Amino acid sequence: MADHQLTHLKELESEAIYILREVAAQFERPVLLFSGGKDSIVLVHLSRKAFFPALIPFPLLHIDTGHNFIETLDFRDWLVKEIRGRLIVGSVQESIDTGRVVEEKGINASRNVLQTVTLLDTIEKFKFDAAIGGARRDEEKARAKERIFSHRDEFGQWDPKNQRPELWNLFNGRKHLGEHFRVFPISNWTEMDVWQYILAENIDLPNIYFTHERDVFYRDGIWLAAAPFMQMKPSEAVERRSVRCRTVGDITCTGLTLSTADTVEDIIQEIAATRVTERGGRYDDKRSEAAMEDRKKEGYF
Amino acid sequence: MEASFSSKAYLDMELLRFTTAGSVDDGKSTLIGRLLYDSKSIFEDQLDAVKRASLQKGGDFLNLALFTDGLRAEREQGITIDVAYRYFATPKRKFIIADTPGHIQYTRNMVTGASTANAAIVLIDARNGVIEQTHRHAFIASLLGIPHIIVCINKMDLVGYRQDVFDQIRLDFKTFSDRVFPLHDIRFIPISALNGDNVVKPSIRMPWYDAGTLLNTLETIPINQDHNFVNQRFPVQYVIRPESDEHHDYRGYAGCIAGGIFHPGDPVVVLPSGIKSKIVSIDTLNNTLTEAFPPMSVTLTLEDDLDISRGGMITGASDLPTESSEVELMICWMNPKPLQMKGRYTVKHTTNEVRCKVEEIIYLLNISTLDTITPVDEIRMNDIARIRIRTTKPLYYDPYSLNRITGSLILIDEATNETLAAGMIV
Repeated sequence: MADHQLTHLKELESEAIYILREVAAQFERPVLLFSGGKDSIVLVHLSRKAFFPALIPFPLLHIDTGHNFIETLDFRDWLVKEIRGRLIVGSVQESIDTGRVVEEKGINASRNVLQTVTLLDTIEKFKFDAAIGGARRDEEKARAKERIFSHRDEFGQWDPKNQRPELWNLFNGRKHLGEHFRVFPISNWTEMDVWQYILAENIDLPNIYFTHERDVFYRDGIWLAAAPFMQMKPSEAVERRSVRCRTVGDITCTGLTLSTADTVEDIIQEIAATRVTERGGRYDDKRSEAAMEDRKKEGYF
Repeated sequence: MEASFSSKAYLDMELLRFTTAGSVDDGKSTLIGRLLYDSKSIFEDQLDAVKRASLQKGGDFLNLALFTDGLRAEREQGITIDVAYRYFATPKRKFIIADTPGHIQYTRNMVTGASTANAAIVLIDARNGVIEQTHRHAFIASLLGIPHIIVCINKMDLVGYRQDVFDQIRLDFKTFSDRVFPLHDIRFIPISALNGDNVVKPSIRMPWYDAGTLLNTLETIPINQDHNFVNQRFPVQYVIRPESDEHHDYRGYAGCIAGGIFHPGDPVVVLPSGIKSKIVSIDTLNNTLTEAFPPMSVTLTLEDDLDISRGGMITGASDLPTESSEVELMICWMNPKPLQMKGRYTVKHTTNEVRCKVEEIIYLLNISTLDTITPVDEIRMNDIARIRIRTTKPLYYDPYSLNRITGSLILIDEATNETLAAGMIV
């Protein structure tokens, strides 16, 4: 490495910190969308770095589907204490109870799509004007085209054909009342970058990322966790297996990997040898070829 | 799938951002697909999806262009509508590709992709040679100050892999490019993206060429001089004041180094006040640093308790940027609503925002011939022009040719909030 040349991971870190500071400077009520997944945990870590020695100047928002891994919730509460932060929870159950959304029925029922309404309602209720998310452009083709500062109209919609040009590091966060922005500081990171960064920075993760024994069943090429609210077909049987989560979302759509990896180093080796993308294990993306594009236009994460 | 996964090697990789420019049907999507496929950056589920789609479209071969296929609207119309970002890595470098469409009406996308790029790949169809589009691409790369240009002469398979075709195109390109960027680093590579010649693997069909494959070039072009390390520039982004018991009097200036190398003890001047001070420390969460250089995000503390806010700039004491409220710049207009003479716009320059009025349209540029056009009363979408603006408060800037951060700005519509133009200060 030449003198005065940052490594690629340091350059990505610096870019993310710059973006987080832009959010704090340009918006009045930013919020960090926290899912309990590794990407949002990395965002929290980067936010600590961006504002040190001050505390993170925005709250965390968790959209709770009510179908979470309990380990994710425990970790969330621990982390909020650790950073002396503020947590806001938007409840999908509440959206169902108040009739804002109708629960899906049938074998593949998931609350994943319903989250969008809860998210937009929560953003409106607290008048958040910027929601920071951990989406990465390498995850999915609709995300590959999204700006770092991504404008949302007053219905929370994304218009892919009419995005503002994003030049140099000049981010235009101007908006009208009622509109908001989604901001993605780790847009340019890959899955491997995130894991290498977690290792290099020694970042704590919920233990479901590491190998553990769990009751699971197999459906359409994906291992899913058995849980009381999961409907199973007669042909499906619960087995006990050593698994870990490659991504962490709502239980109904988080595919599990058969794995014995119990350290970040093991996980990195496993990912390096894997031939399937991260979202290949996401049941929600399999619904149609343009599944993510459609959800994003409506205001999904 | 990334080639390098040993953490030690991974932590030692550099980042190269490049953009691709080509006309419709120059084979740009195929080239990117080839780079991703041959560097083993394609996952099995992506490969399966492309195999399925290739069959569905009636092709009997793997259609590499489909790897970069984006939104449904594009798949239906068979076009690319916007900048897409792609990622791949080799053991030496990690790459970010800003994949921009080449249609004539999409100059604004190309400018966007080029604004953050270290290198540009300009694609030429060997059968067509240098065409008007090529001039546009070369000029935009030059205008945006991209340090390294790689001209890929593609579809060599369709001209019998002949050296004389390659030589003629190189000569034609240089004849034009010498007028726009005589000193830049320009390389020429004959390739066939379809068959993979000279993309990742050297071609056995073109023994007359031995200056390295495209991937080899991307891995080795020197990028450590792409930033300005001479003139100290630190636009203040955010002021950190914890106001907690343990850091009661702490006041730090957060920002990203835009130029020069900063050290504790360096004498500095704070703009716009012009007050002199000295750097006490360069802080990060992990440690305090002995030096900071572009593009590091850090927090500076100063010896004196000064009133500095976002939009201010900390600079070297003996090396100030230009201060003026009359600024001349090259712009690329990016909005369907034309630029208005005497129009008022918001200027975003580093972390600073001011209002401005367009005082003069100096000329409009025909970027195919480089002819200047005067007089002009309107600048339309995708036009490149030289203008003069007057700002409500002075800007502190460097010419774009010296510093791509302190020399660039955008114009914003005060009514719609849209980004209207990219500006490069002359």
